[in-house]
Amino acid sequence: MVELLKDNDRVFQNLYGFKDWGLDSARDRGAWLGTSAILAQGRDWIIDRVKSSGLRGRGGAGFPTGLKWSFMPKEVGNRPHYLVVNADESEPGSCKDRDILRHEPHLLIEGCLVAAYAMQAHACYIYVRGEYIQERTRLDEAIKQAYAAGLVGKNACGSGWDFDIYMHHGAGAYICGEETALLESLEGKKGQPRLKPPFPAGAGLYGCPTTVNNVESISVVPTILRRGVDWWTQFGRENNKGTKVFSISGHVNNPCNIEEALSIPMRTLLETYAGGVRGGWDNLKCVIPGGSSVPLLPKEICDTVLMDFDALRENQSGLGTAAVIVMDKSTDVIKAIARLSYFYKHESCGQCTPCREGTGWMWRVMERMVRGEADTSEIDMLLSVSKQVEGHTICALGDAAAWPIQGLIRHFRHEIEDRIDSYRANKPVFVQAAE
Amino acid sequence: MSARRLSIIQPSSFELSDSANKEINKWIKKYPKDRMRSALIPALWIIQKDAGGWLPELALRAIGDMLDMAYIRVYEVATFYTMFNLQPVGVNYVQMCGTTPCWLRGSDELKGLLSRKIGEQNTLSKDGKLSWLEVECLGSCSNAPMVQISNSAGDHYYEDLSPESLEGILDELVAGKQPPQGPRNGRFSSEPIGGAIALNKDLSNKINILDKLPDAEKDTKVNYYEWDPKVKRATRRGWVDPKRKANSDPKKRSGNLGRDLTAGLVDEDPDIARPKRSTNTKSKKAGN
Repeated sequence: MVELLKDNDRVFQNLYGFKDWGLDSARDRGAWLGTSAILAQGRDWIIDRVKSSGLRGRGGAGFPTGLKWSFMPKEVGNRPHYLVVNADESEPGSCKDRDILRHEPHLLIEGCLVAAYAMQAHACYIYVRGEYIQERTRLDEAIKQAYAAGLVGKNACGSGWDFDIYMHHGAGAYICGEETALLESLEGKKGQPRLKPPFPAGAGLYGCPTTVNNVESISVVPTILRRGVDWWTQFGRENNKGTKVFSISGHVNNPCNIEEALSIPMRTLLETYAGGVRGGWDNLKCVIPGGSSVPLLPKEICDTVLMDFDALRENQSGLGTAAVIVMDKSTDVIKAIARLSYFYKHESCGQCTPCREGTGWMWRVMERMVRGEADTSEIDMLLSVSKQVEGHTICALGDAAAWPIQGLIRHFRHEIEDRIDSYRANKPVFVQAAE
Repeated sequence: MSARRLSIIQPSSFELSDSANKEINKWIKKYPKDRMRSALIPALWIIQKDAGGWLPELALRAIGDMLDMAYIRVYEVATFYTMFNLQPVGVNYVQMCGTTPCWLRGSDELKGLLSRKIGEQNTLSKDGKLSWLEVECLGSCSNAPMVQISNSAGDHYYEDLSPESLEGILDELVAGKQPPQGPRNGRFSSEPIGGAIALNKDLSNKINILDKLPDAEKDTKVNYYEWDPKVKRATRRGWVDPKRKANSDPKKRSGNLGRDLTAGLVDEDPDIARPKRSTNTKSKKAGN
């Protein structure tokens, strides 16, 4: 039996919004407690603690947060430093940042202050996705509360550091979740990713040193510093430490968001919190464990796999944003992936040819595969094209479009072949299994 | 990506309202002085709201003049981002999420209903009160399937829908009513249906925090002193003080979209509750 995370070890005590989001209530839950003491320990201490906590970015790539912070120039030159928070949550399956924005905005604002102080940034922009209109209003109100209480603004928390925090929003482009596209968008341009290097730590927002972090990565930092690295590192396996908000959607009895320790077995996660797979565990067909961009995993792997960065990578998938999309045996999995291909075709920014043309091509072929109107040799051609898109674009959207298809072919090739055969034999191509 | 063009039908005049103008000027102040172009996306959004849900060409020119930008740069942005409508939309504009997580939970049925009730995508219904569009993931996947409906009352998420509940919502909107937003199957937010398994007890003031900052290198005497702007000095803020009684009726607390906050909340021990605050942060001026 796996030991579950206890309620008082959850960072986001108000994940579901049962309590008030406002400053007083947030303080009761521990936000803004001892922030000035944290700041008084100095920049190196903060970055050092975050490094030794092993916190890996929660936005998808899993890059160590402390290391990212240490890339910022040690001294502020003639260009100011910026902190930008990526709240452009658009990954299909992922809805965790929304809950942080609307129910725990003060943890985010406090995290921004701590991070900006560690990186010597006087200004922070929080880029909220355009569709989250209520959420950004909420965040704006929370920022106003923090200003009024002297927690941010001039001499933030009495630390002597001036810190301004602003809410900015986008207008419905998935690509703006890529950090350089986000910076372009924040500068009032089309969200087309920049070629790297230079990395944002060298030349980011307005050409100044910038760090872009995910909402969840930033929000957990004050709690880690308050409760200590030892507390944080007791959760999860080596190199995969800490807690994580999982978004569970699809064919489970009770879809939900839940904060759990990393390295929890997938089966435990789904059965404990989400009420199990519809029709029982044996009715499971496959799971996309980390948001639409990662390859799916068939049931055999789901039986035992742990939910963390390394375990999922070993199984040729990834933790991504920990958005678990569950599909039971009634699912037309080819259509499910084809729908994702359409998503990537729709969201490609059009800058790099392999992605602009490739996503549309892959979608059209996938649509034919759904109907079975294809040749078995085209499966290999599709795989080969997806490999040519992957890694040949400026940003990772090309990779993200290729991986779900590669995962499908890796694990469900037989299903595509059967469908092609059925089509040729004039049989129904997909018969939905009874629930 | 998809080709997006300006509407063929364009109004002959466009005037920016004072409130929109004021709002945009507020946004401009958020960015460094020579970077007011950063305010472009929020400004376009404000103007779209002001102009009835879509962006006529004259509105784009107006914003170009306001932010001192070449018109083409404004067009570029307006055609890139999908939340900017370049065609007129219905009074109630329904955006239905059709991406895989919603599709798995039955967005096709919602799609069928919308086609029956309103007609084709991006065309106005007969009375002009509704139009709809299938969009990509709206980021509410644990509450799938869902739609976002925009009208003059704002932009609202309707979650955990069935064709019946969506039909009810549309009927209310056509009748001029504004149905409350949120899940339609009895959930409060993203907790599991039937009550949360975790976080269902009030743990305020019970979270175990050590007496001093762990791993602190420097003298941590200041630990639990927070900056109090009222007296302009650091004051001691205690952490756990269960003896203090609270007056908090969750229903009376601010925010949470005006909904009943007690839904799903069980106070573990009603005698131990949050301390009463002496400072009222809202009445104070901004810290700077």
